[in-house]
Order: sequence, then C-alpha cells, then structure tokens
Amino acid sequence: MNNLMPRNDLFLLLGFTAVVLTMPIWLAPFGAGYPDLLQRFMIFGIFAVGFNILFGLTGYLSFGHAAFFGVGSYAAVWSFKLLTLDAIPAMIFAVLISGLFALLIGFLCLRRSGIYFSILTLAFAQMSYNLAYSVLTPITNGETGLQLTINDPRVLDAAMGQGFAGQPVPTLLGQQMSGYAGFYFCAGFLILSFFIAQRIAGSPFGMMLKAIKSNQTRMQFTGFNTRPYALSAFVISGMYAGLAGALLAVTDPLAGAERMQWTASGEVVLMTILGGVGTLVGPVIGAWIIKYFENILSALNDNILARFWSFLPDGVADVVVKVTSKFVGDGWHLTLGLVFVIIVIFLPGGIMEGVRRLAALFRRSGSSSAKPSARTQPAE
Amino acid sequence: MAQPNVVLHVADVHKRFGGLHALADIDLQVEEGKTHAIIGPNGAGKSTLLNVIIGKLPPSSGQVVFDGTVLTGRKPFQINQLGIARVFQTPEIFADLSVLHNVMIPALAKRDGMFTLNMLRSLDSETGIRAEAEHMLEDVGMINRRDMLAGSLSRGDKRRMELAMCLIQHPRLLLLDEPTAGMSRHDTNTTIELLKKIKSRGMTKVIIEHDMHVVFSLADKISVLAQGRIIADGSPDDVRGNPKVQEAYLGGAH
Ligand SMILES: Nc1ncnc2c1ncn2[C@@H]1O[C@H](COP(=O)(O)OP(=O)(O)OP(=O)(O)O)[C@@H](O)[C@H]1O
Ligand SMILES: [Mg+2]
Repeated sequence: MNNLMPRNDLFLLLGFTAVVLTMPIWLAPFGAGYPDLLQRFMIFGIFAVGFNILFGLTGYLSFGHAAFFGVGSYAAVWSFKLLTLDAIPAMIFAVLISGLFALLIGFLCLRRSGIYFSILTLAFAQMSYNLAYSVLTPITNGETGLQLTINDPRVLDAAMGQGFAGQPVPTLLGQQMSGYAGFYFCAGFLILSFFIAQRIAGSPFGMMLKAIKSNQTRMQFTGFNTRPYALSAFVISGMYAGLAGALLAVTDPLAGAERMQWTASGEVVLMTILGGVGTLVGPVIGAWIIKYFENILSALNDNILARFWSFLPDGVADVVVKVTSKFVGDGWHLTLGLVFVIIVIFLPGGIMEGVRRLAALFRRSGSSSAKPSARTQPAE
Repeated sequence: MAQPNVVLHVADVHKRFGGLHALADIDLQVEEGKTHAIIGPNGAGKSTLLNVIIGKLPPSSGQVVFDGTVLTGRKPFQINQLGIARVFQTPEIFADLSVLHNVMIPALAKRDGMFTLNMLRSLDSETGIRAEAEHMLEDVGMINRRDMLAGSLSRGDKRRMELAMCLIQHPRLLLLDEPTAGMSRHDTNTTIELLKKIKSRGMTKVIIEHDMHVVFSLADKISVLAQGRIIADGSPDDVRGNPKVQEAYLGGAH
C-alpha cells in the first residue's frame, strides 16, 4: 500500500470519500439533502477538480472549458440515441470525444500564454457555442436541445432485444439512474476523479506542471519541452469536463448549447478560485458552495423571507425583507459576487487558505497548552 | 602533440539589437575540459553571447557549433538535452517549489528526456533521483535548506542552488554567468573549490565573471570582450599583461 500512495494522501482520499458518501445525511439540515442537487454537487465537483489540473498546477487560465463540458453532454446523448441507453458506453464515448476536442483546441491555444491564451480559449468556446446553436443544428438540435426519443435507433439495445416502453431514460446495467442511484453513480466518479487528480499532483509529471507555472523559462533551459506538458494538462482537464458533462446528461438526458456559454466557463473559474487554486479539495468545495447558492438562494422568495424574519417587529421586518430579497431569488448572483469579493480580498488562497490558517491557529494554541509528551513530536 | 579538441565553436557571430551592435564578429573556440573565462566591462555583450549559445536569442549571422552539432536554430530544451547547462546572471529558479524539488527536476530531465507522461507514478517512489539531489545539495553545502521554498532563499543561496541544478545534469558544457555575484567571500571560495573539483572531472566550462580573484583562480584561457568585440584572447598571464585590456577593462586597477 505504501508504494501506491503516501499515507497522508490515503487519509485525505478516505476522508474525502466519507464526506461525499454521507452528504445526503449531513446536508439535509441545510435543505440540500435531495438527490437532484447532490448530483450537481458531484458533477460540478468533477468539473472543478479537472479544471484545477490545468489552472491550478500549470497556471494556464482557460476561459473556455464549458465547451468541453457541452461536448461531453452532446456525445453522451448521442451514445444514448445511437448505441444504448446504458450509461457506461456514453461516459467512455463522451470522455474520448471531449479529449479529442480538447487536443485540437489546446494545440491551437497553447501557442500563446498568459492573457492571450485565456482570450483564445474564450474565443474558441464562444465559437463552439454559436456553432452548436446554429450551423451544427443537425448534431445539436439547436435551440431546442438534443433529447432522447422513442424512435432513436439504439443499435446495441436493439441487437440485444431490449425494447423500451415509453420515454427512454439512461440506465446502468438495466437500473434507472434517477434519485439516489444517480447520486451514488456520480459520487463514484467524483471520488475516482479526485483519486486520479491526487495521483497526478503527486507524480513527477505533476511536479513538472507546477514547475511550468513557477518558471517556464527555467523549464526550457532545463531540457523540458513544456508544450506537450501543458497540452497534456489541457487535454486531461478537457476530459474531466467531458466526464462531468456526460454525467449531467445521464441524470438529465437533454443537452443544450447554453452549457457551453462563457458564463458557464467563468463559473468553473470562480469555483476554483473560491475554493483555492492549486489545492485538491478547494475546487470541489468551491463548486459545492456555488451550486448551493444557486439552488437554495435562488429558490427563496419574499414569502419565505417574511416568514424567516417574522420574529422581528413589523416595521423592521418589512425593511429587512425588502433588503434581503435583493440578495435571493434572481438576485443570488449578488450574494455570490459579494462572497467572492470578500474571500478573494481577505483570503487570496481561497477557502482552503482559511482552513490552513485556522488549523495553524489551533495547532499553535494547542501546542502551547499541550502536555510535554505531545510537544516532542515533529512539527510536520 | 595531439590537436586540442575544440568542443564549442562560436563562428563569426553577429548580434544586432536595432542599431546596437551587441556582438560583432565573435569567433571563440573552447577546448574540451578547459575553463574559459569571458571578462569585459558592463554592457560588453557577455550575457548576450551566452544567450546566443543556448538558443535564447538567434544570432543575426554566424553560427554556434557544439561537438560537431550546429546549435543555431535549435530550441533551448534541445540544446540542454545535448549536454549544455547554464547558470543565469539573475537566478532562474522555481521559486514556488522546495529546494529539493528544484534540484530533482533537472535530474529528471536528464534521465527521462524532454517529455514523459509519467503521471500515475508517485514522486515518493523516485528514491534514486531524490538521493542524487540530496547528495548534490550536500556538495554545494545546502542540504540543511532542503525543504525551504526556493523563493525564500538569499541571493547567494539561490545562485548556489542554481549551480546544483546545473551540476546534477552532469553537463558536458557548463555556462556560468557571474556565478559568485551576491555571495560572501566565504561562499565565493567554496564555490571556487567546487568548480575546481568539477574541472578535475573533465567538464568544460565557460565562465563570465567580474571578480578577478575568481577568474584567475579558475581560468585556463581568457577572452576579453569590449563593446561586442573580442579585444584579447589568451592565457591568464597574456591577458593580464596586455595593454589593450588594461585600458579597456582593468583600467589600471591591477
Ligand atoms: N534582448 C535585448 N534587447 C535589446 N538590447 C539588449 C538585449 N539584451 C542585451 N541588450 C543590450 O546589449 C548590450 C550587451 O548586453 P549584455 O547583457 O550582453 O552585457 P553584459 O556584458 O552581460 O553586461 P553585464 O556585465 O552588465 O552583465 C547592452 O547594451 C544591452 O542593453
Ligand atoms: Mg551580463
């Protein structure tokens, strides 16, 4: 076991797995313990973990990763339509296609670095979005979005003699993927994604990516061709995005072009920065917080607020409701923006920096009052 | 006597920056296993010459040949893989990584080549490379700083670490751009000793240095550069006695 991964990594992985699998329990008091939202937590967690491999390790900031997310969704839905309703072939197909697409876009965009790279990725993603909306309608079904119909060929299912009565839905070995089954399916992939990201970050290859972020010039004079390193990171993160997009199609088999829009690309950047760029856990937490806000705050309205503040005196309550209503419902972006600004100003390393600072604080106050036996242990 | 083996040949190189003729008609031959010093006043074109050799800048004309291979037109990483490493005038290091990792990275470049997709292998399993790097850090006297962030080192330590990063690759040709600048007298002497030790192992070196103590204790041959031209070339004693050099560079200080 020891040569498979260092002990700290193993503990982190086990802890992460436990937290993820028990989410339906510990998120229930926060009103987020329902499968639909939990699935999204998993899916966007995967998206952010993958994005961090590019942005966090290599330092290349892509503003176009939603394109790969969208391609993953389309590829998965096409697999459902043409091959089989089973989820596994769809996922494989989606990851491969989005990987190829990322190879092409990455090859072109990585000819530049810094802001020019970011702008190029943004341009390609917007191009993909517009193509999906218009020219590529035969593949994407344009504005309506690509969906499953009873008349889809599904050659593999047909060959196996599996018919489907009524509206077709994705399955896993014959099991429907709705509700908690869908959540645990996605959770399995999030844990796997996390594990792979952990391995990459702890490998010589991962160290090279960090070195590229630190000093690309030195890398070149040290004998490394940095382009294929950056391109590999780009393709891997594109495949993660495709996997996330495919999972969204598994839980909700309708792929629309809006998934590729620049706002969606920007969202994953926010998730990563909010949680902590370059950390393993941070991007996942960032994704969860943003999706929580999006779903919970946007569902609040004046009536709910009035009930919430009803303990206040009438006049005061009216004012408070009026003010807080600006921050919920359609105004949830305002709250998100505020939280984002506060975190970036006070914790430039994101939420994970806050966690680290707290841990250091506890360790310091803990060690000053600790028994002598505890103090003999090494600091690390 | 056998013909001295020229390992690096800078042939008729010119470099212009707009109207500035930074290198004019440079012809330089460096013999295998020797230490060749390049001295000259500020702005003479010394660093520019190294930049042309390692492919950071293309020459305006002329070419650089290393052991029969034309370097001109090759990428910096290809030139490094041929066995040429460089210490920069302002340290080029991985400031966000630990000292140990800074030294392990070049060792991996030497072992695995310009690109390897070894992303499922654990860095902790690289015990050989790690031991090599620790050994190297011992040689330059920095083993106690192994786990520090490279960016937090003093200027002199950054330089020593950068030297370790180059030495661990066992390059055939080592280019040093003022390797002792910013070091204390004591560290300078340690570095000289270290460089002498490498010399006995047969590594060829080109060294740019302002510190005459360093130059005269290391160099087998000295070329003097002034305003982009080589104005004198020869053994340390020749150069020391050359009146042109006294005028252009030493300025009667000796
Ligand atoms: N990339 C560049 N673009 C334009 N001019 C340059 C460039 N690099 C160097 N120069 C100019 O070329 C001349 C030689 O510079 P160089 O750095 O080679 O000098 P040097 O001999 O290394 O000096 P020092 O001892 O100060 O390091 C200087 O006038 C410098 O301004
Ligand atoms: Mg210089």
